[in-house]
Amino acid sequence: MKKRDSVGVSIRSVSKRYGGTTALDDITLDIEPGEFVSLLGPSGSGKTTLLGALGGFVLPSSGSVWVGDQDMTYMPPHKRNIGVVFQSYALFPHMTVGENVAFPLRARRLPKSTWPERVRQALAMVELDGYQERGISQLSGGQRQRVALARAMVFEPRLILMDEPLSALDKQLRETMQIELRQLHRKLGATIVYVTHDQREALTMSDRVAILKDGRLVQIGTPETLHNEPEDSFVASFIGDSTLLPVTRVDAHRVKLGKLTLHSARPLPPHSELLLAVQTEKLLIDDGHHEAGVNRLHCRVREIVYQGDSLRLFLEMDDGSAISLRQPSHHMGQQKIPPIGESLTVVLHPEDTIVVPRTGCRHPAAHVA
Amino acid sequence: MKATAIHDRYAAANAIDPSLRHRRREHVLMMMLMSPAVLVVFALLIVPLSWLIMQSFYADGALSLEHYRRIFTEGIYWNTFFLTFRISVIVTLLALLMGYPVAYAASILPQRWAMLILALVILPFWTSVLVRAYAWLILLQRSGVVNQTLIASGLTDSPLALMHNELGTIIATVHILLPFMVLPLYATMQKIPQDLVQAGASLGGSPLHVFMRVFFPLSLSGVLAGMTLVFVLCLGFYITPELVGGGRTVMASMLVSRNIQLYSDWGAASAVSVVLLICVLAIFYVVSRLVPLERILGAK
Repeated sequence: MKKRDSVGVSIRSVSKRYGGTTALDDITLDIEPGEFVSLLGPSGSGKTTLLGALGGFVLPSSGSVWVGDQDMTYMPPHKRNIGVVFQSYALFPHMTVGENVAFPLRARRLPKSTWPERVRQALAMVELDGYQERGISQLSGGQRQRVALARAMVFEPRLILMDEPLSALDKQLRETMQIELRQLHRKLGATIVYVTHDQREALTMSDRVAILKDGRLVQIGTPETLHNEPEDSFVASFIGDSTLLPVTRVDAHRVKLGKLTLHSARPLPPHSELLLAVQTEKLLIDDGHHEAGVNRLHCRVREIVYQGDSLRLFLEMDDGSAISLRQPSHHMGQQKIPPIGESLTVVLHPEDTIVVPRTGCRHPAAHVA
Repeated sequence: MKATAIHDRYAAANAIDPSLRHRRREHVLMMMLMSPAVLVVFALLIVPLSWLIMQSFYADGALSLEHYRRIFTEGIYWNTFFLTFRISVIVTLLALLMGYPVAYAASILPQRWAMLILALVILPFWTSVLVRAYAWLILLQRSGVVNQTLIASGLTDSPLALMHNELGTIIATVHILLPFMVLPLYATMQKIPQDLVQAGASLGGSPLHVFMRVFFPLSLSGVLAGMTLVFVLCLGFYITPELVGGGRTVMASMLVSRNIQLYSDWGAASAVSVVLLICVLAIFYVVSRLVPLERILGAK
């Protein structure tokens, strides 16, 4: 299958209300041609509704949806030319694999002589060539997933939507498919909008991740941006594995955590209520080799949990607040861990000292605007 | 000697695996719970049915195939069975044509609308068949509402013969059997995932294309179930054709009653019943090769 022209998507102040509840609240989002964007959020955040608005299954109460230079807000789904992979795969149980993949070709009244070759190519993309005559019930979960993908690609849509397509697969297969989807995205060059509630999956696969909460777009950015510069405490707690601790501002780069003063390499947000986001993998056990400028936290070991690839240490700081740290489980790493009840000093580099405003705490400038 | 051996085996099994003993106790309990129902079925179905079959082979106090010979050779029987099948086919097709859209609407509308539609379908169910048959007589008579409406609207000059004939029988029978078409259809359609329809649309299928290629094929088992139920019930339908058909449209069930009421010929009546029963069993057999029987009977 050849690489095709991809197309950008523009979601302009889209809202969706069902009776008294607001499923989507004034969402504006621009997606570049060829970009892989994930919509990430907890259940009920509106991510699937937003995908529905792109696919034509949900009609927005206000706002508009543009694909390329075309307003698609109220266009029926079958005229949109958008490939959709459903969470349930939605394969037609009364058709063979080949008939499923040929469905879009038949629906478009393409000459029947062209079907076999296009079906073969689409199945080859997902490494299932030769499965044309199989029934859907004869396939494994992973194979069904691939067939759904082939069927959504066979008509060469410029935009593909995926609704948690890997959530029904077991962990190992899911991780393999994540890599394959990424490669497929590169080969096809199509724009992909991907819905997931799994932050690791979103970070692994996407060029950019849009984080939704209660029908609102909280933040959109590259995985690195979301991880290192979360916009508020919701993003910080949703991305990665972090503990949030209330802190007070000292000056532009310093906050007070209890009696302790911490330096942050990044300027603090201007909000009144600040939280320190301590990510488990950014805390290091102080072995005396760290530079002088780092933040040092004195703690006591409360609990040690062996988790295979790593050990998780639950620590209590002098002021009673709890944080946790992840230490690789190799021998050198384990040697540094004192027994439960002993004290321990951990370091947090200013570059990893992330301070975020509490969710819902408004930006002071917003009051002016 | 043998009994002891079995007992020893159970004892050994019990010693090794107490779960066997539990399972055996559960089986015994199940049998006991089922036994009243089994007894009722045996006393009220198996016994009379056997008696019916036996009786059909007796004529003038001797074993004979006379009743069956008459059924298969005499014109009156042929005509009646032919008419019965023809009415059943027409009723089944009409019920399908009218029931499919209703079931479809109920399956795609929001829950409360679906419930309202189904309630309207089931409501007549709770009225006696006799009452409904008389209701149709009132509606369809020469000066009834239907004829009056037709004349008033100028569609016809003189009243149409809507009852005491095949047409009346068909109209009333379709009405009474319609729920047996709608309910299995609805049960099947409701289980068709909405995802499949949405997927069909997203893949470029127009609403008609998606219906023809996806929804309809997946509803076929319901279609077959509904058609079988309506057809089979119609084959043996009695009260409605007797009343609305006015005795002129003679269906197979009426042959049974006439043989008894007019001629007191229990053997002939039994033979007709047995032929009907065999027809029904044959239909169920053929259909069960296509769709599992429990689907038709609504168990799944």
